[in-house]
Amino acid sequence: MATSQAVQGGDGRFDALLRLARAAGRFVAMVTVTLAGLLAVTFLIGRVVPIDPVLAVVGDRAPPHVYERVRQELGLDLPFLQQFLIYCRKALSGDFGTSVLTTNPVMTDIARVFPATVELSTVGVLIGILTGIPLGVLAAVKRGSVVDQFVRVLGLVGYSVPIFWLGLMGLLLFYARLDLVSGPGRLDITYDYLVTPVTGMILVDSIMQGQWEVFRNAFSHIILPAAMLGYFSLAYISRMTRSFMLSELAQEYVTTARVKGLSEARIIWRHALRNAAVPLVTVVALSYAHLLEGSVLTETVFAWPGLGQYITHSLQNADMNAVLGGTLIIGTVFVFLNLFSDLIYRLLDPRTR
Amino acid sequence: MTGKPLLEVENLKVRFHLRTGTVEAVRGLSFTLGRERLGIVGESGSGKSQTGRAILGLTPPPGEVRADRLVFDGTDLLTAPRRTLRALRGGRMTMVMQDPKFSLNPVMTIGEQIVEAYRAHRKAGRAEARDKAFAMLEAVKMRNPARVFSLYPHEVSGGMGQRAMIAMMLVTDPDLLIADEPTSALDVTVQMEVLRILDELVGARGMGLIFISHDLKLVSSFCDRVLVMYAGRVVEEMSAGALARARHPYTQGLMRCLPTLAADVRPLPTLLRDPTWAG
Repeated sequence: MATSQAVQGGDGRFDALLRLARAAGRFVAMVTVTLAGLLAVTFLIGRVVPIDPVLAVVGDRAPPHVYERVRQELGLDLPFLQQFLIYCRKALSGDFGTSVLTTNPVMTDIARVFPATVELSTVGVLIGILTGIPLGVLAAVKRGSVVDQFVRVLGLVGYSVPIFWLGLMGLLLFYARLDLVSGPGRLDITYDYLVTPVTGMILVDSIMQGQWEVFRNAFSHIILPAAMLGYFSLAYISRMTRSFMLSELAQEYVTTARVKGLSEARIIWRHALRNAAVPLVTVVALSYAHLLEGSVLTETVFAWPGLGQYITHSLQNADMNAVLGGTLIIGTVFVFLNLFSDLIYRLLDPRTR
Repeated sequence: MTGKPLLEVENLKVRFHLRTGTVEAVRGLSFTLGRERLGIVGESGSGKSQTGRAILGLTPPPGEVRADRLVFDGTDLLTAPRRTLRALRGGRMTMVMQDPKFSLNPVMTIGEQIVEAYRAHRKAGRAEARDKAFAMLEAVKMRNPARVFSLYPHEVSGGMGQRAMIAMMLVTDPDLLIADEPTSALDVTVQMEVLRILDELVGARGMGLIFISHDLKLVSSFCDRVLVMYAGRVVEEMSAGALARARHPYTQGLMRCLPTLAADVRPLPTLLRDPTWAG
């Protein structure tokens, strides 16, 4: 109390700073706890699954003394708790061990495949936002009309159609028949290695290096899988936008805006949507996270060398280091995405500040 | 001010066609309003709020408004194009609603909302609108207009919120203000303060006021004329001073239900409702 008395002159600003510091502290604590939990869970998964990590390395024909040596090298003879501490120390320094499948360090592999997934999901979620929110708003404003029904059916189809089928149909139509887009993969072979990876996202790297032709090619490759992912987030985002907007449009402040003689467009986009945007942040963050972790099928259909494909391959080959490393990365992304949406939430809604 | 009436309402009907049948909220209401204070009283569901909304053209769907005549200062509100109606709303006729907690937009500052109301109807730059908003906040007796300007609705008390609402609705110098239960959601101690401010501003600007309330005593002390509504109709119209001599049994009933300090009436009589009054 004494300190706050002393700086009373700074009043509001100091208070705001204190609040900010407290919020930051809470964030850090939350992240720490979540990540610790994540580490524990992945470690336990590694021990519980009926896969012998030693066998995965030496093969089932190895003589017993080789088996024993590898077991010691992997630290599997140590006490359980000690193993966990070693695991944590290594994971925190970015060392997830070596992938049996690629013989690279897992971290190197992930640094290669993760940007591809981020690129695909980001374009996908942008498509979902840019189409889903306007459609949802329109459906709410024209409730019960043909537009509303159309949006509802569109969303329903997005929910129910399996993505791999949609991906295959998309390839068949837009690539094979109409030749509007490029096929599977991230680039045509002729464009490979023209761009030096900086971020690992070809769209970004090619812009940074002024390689417009590469950009165009990469874009024609990404647009179809991204549109598929975008369609799925559209289904979720438009439905939620519609219901948030319906509840906002029934609020009394909308009547106030009408009494003020504002245009309908301003009432909808500036008054109602600005309020609906608050819960929408969470929806958008969730669908983004969903795309980041869940684009396995899309990546498979479109031969997209992303994290989803990497984890799937590793899982099929009992490459536990790679699987756990990938899981940890996705978990971490989830945590930070959550934090980020929390932050935007505070920016948008003055009542939470 | 006399002469041409500001608002003429003749045989106003508001109906809602619902799945379960048609509800008639207002059934043939007529009155004319000059630059005076007209009180509309009645119990819940008597159609008083719907009357206010119908005048502003804000009857929510699936409502239907009909009238033989609904004219605001020479403009027929029933046939005027939407553009004209929008210019009138907020520009020349406005409304203060019941609870500032809900009627102010929670994610915009009070200042933003007042500036927006002003700039929707006057060609004005940001700076001019800001000055106007400050002046208006001062007019509703805000001690620190600059501070209130940058506050969000949840940061002010109910009384302050309602004063901000009044400021927002009067910033364009309208000719008609509809106050729909403007004090019902406020603390009793704040009610009088808000009413005094409203009274002062309406008087100084020579505006027409429709004051909708269920509080007969309040209305009679505040208004020049009182309409008593029951089941969508006017059952009695009188000057505020003549309230004690009300002839209609419903009005008399309303009056009798009020507790007084002087005489201990126990039990308070309940209100009698005769279906023939609605007919």
